[in-house]
Amino acid sequence: MSVKQRQAPTGIMTPELIETEIKGGLAATDSVGQYALGLGDDALVLAQRLGEWIANGPELEEDIALGNIGLDILGHARSFLTYAGSAWGKTEDDLAYFRSEPEFRCRQLFEQPIGDFAQTIARQLIASVYFDSLYRALMHSADPTLAAIAAKATKEVDYHLDHSTQWLLRLGLGTDESALRMQRGLDAMWPFVAELYSAEPVVESAAASVASVASAASAASVAEDDRGSLEGIAVDPRALRAEFDAVVPLLIEQAGLVVPKTGSVRGGGRLGIHSEAFGPMLAEMQVLARQHPGASW
Amino acid sequence: MPSPGDSGAREQWPLWEVFVRSSRGLSHVHAGSLHAPDETMAVRNARDLYTRRNEGVSVWVVRASDITASDPDAKGAFFESPQGKDFRHAIYYTKSEGVAHL
Repeated sequence: MSVKQRQAPTGIMTPELIETEIKGGLAATDSVGQYALGLGDDALVLAQRLGEWIANGPELEEDIALGNIGLDILGHARSFLTYAGSAWGKTEDDLAYFRSEPEFRCRQLFEQPIGDFAQTIARQLIASVYFDSLYRALMHSADPTLAAIAAKATKEVDYHLDHSTQWLLRLGLGTDESALRMQRGLDAMWPFVAELYSAEPVVESAAASVASVASAASAASVAEDDRGSLEGIAVDPRALRAEFDAVVPLLIEQAGLVVPKTGSVRGGGRLGIHSEAFGPMLAEMQVLARQHPGASW
Repeated sequence: MPSPGDSGAREQWPLWEVFVRSSRGLSHVHAGSLHAPDETMAVRNARDLYTRRNEGVSVWVVRASDITASDPDAKGAFFESPQGKDFRHAIYYTKSEGVAHL
């Protein structure tokens, strides 16, 4: 999975295209929906955080760069959530605006506050390395919709990774103050790396349910279970960790900084366990849609 | 003569002029300007600002202070001297008799 392999996308996947396919009968199974929901929530929450930089960037140009990256990632979120929703007859907006905190499945890295610019860059670097290897692997998914979403996303993430890398180097090798802040940003985000690369609970439970069906005496008579295995469909993040370890510590050293040795948080974002900062962020994201349902402009 | 972007005390990042080539075979055309800490970031910022709608296949950036420009106040001497020199245009000349293939 860690092979640097790129395949030309056959078509550009957009949320609107997925919506059309859903009208034509496309529907994710429950377990594929759960998997896409997790990936969609990661992207949605990170995009919302990046949006907080709009009108707050250190320079107009950087404001636009972060907004641009946020919008790319929002596009990934919309595709994943539209597809996930097809499993339960829900739209992307139902999922984004009308779920409560414990129903969100994002890993905790993404919901952390933006902090200062250096902390945002630290998170974006970790996230981009993760997305880069995740989407390159997901391009080969047996699920054609997931593969197409990943194929579109991978090109965009390429640029996000470059943007974070450039800033890591500049802040790390800049002034004493910028190096200090970059180091603090890395130290603050590092505890969330282990959770990022932990197993997908939905993959584990789908595998367990398939195994239990197979071992039951009536296995032969059971029709194809809706909660089917995600084997060949989902990517196991644990398999991507080696790539992170090969890339990120080296970059940090090139930036003249120290690879953090912090411990890890307990995690559990994929199970609906979130950190303190998530609630207020969610409230801000959802308030308009909840007070004025169906509002458009 | 001051270069564009040299003024203003609050300005911290230098100004860059951006040139975008829209397709192969055409030349780079001035698209606008932006601020960036160095040339590497200037190219990236230019990509974000000026190629959002598939405008380009290539981007150049030049530090604005490296551009030497003509003096906007010297318009007369600089740009009005060709007036009345119509013979510099091909259209000034009439076709000579007996020349084939013109």
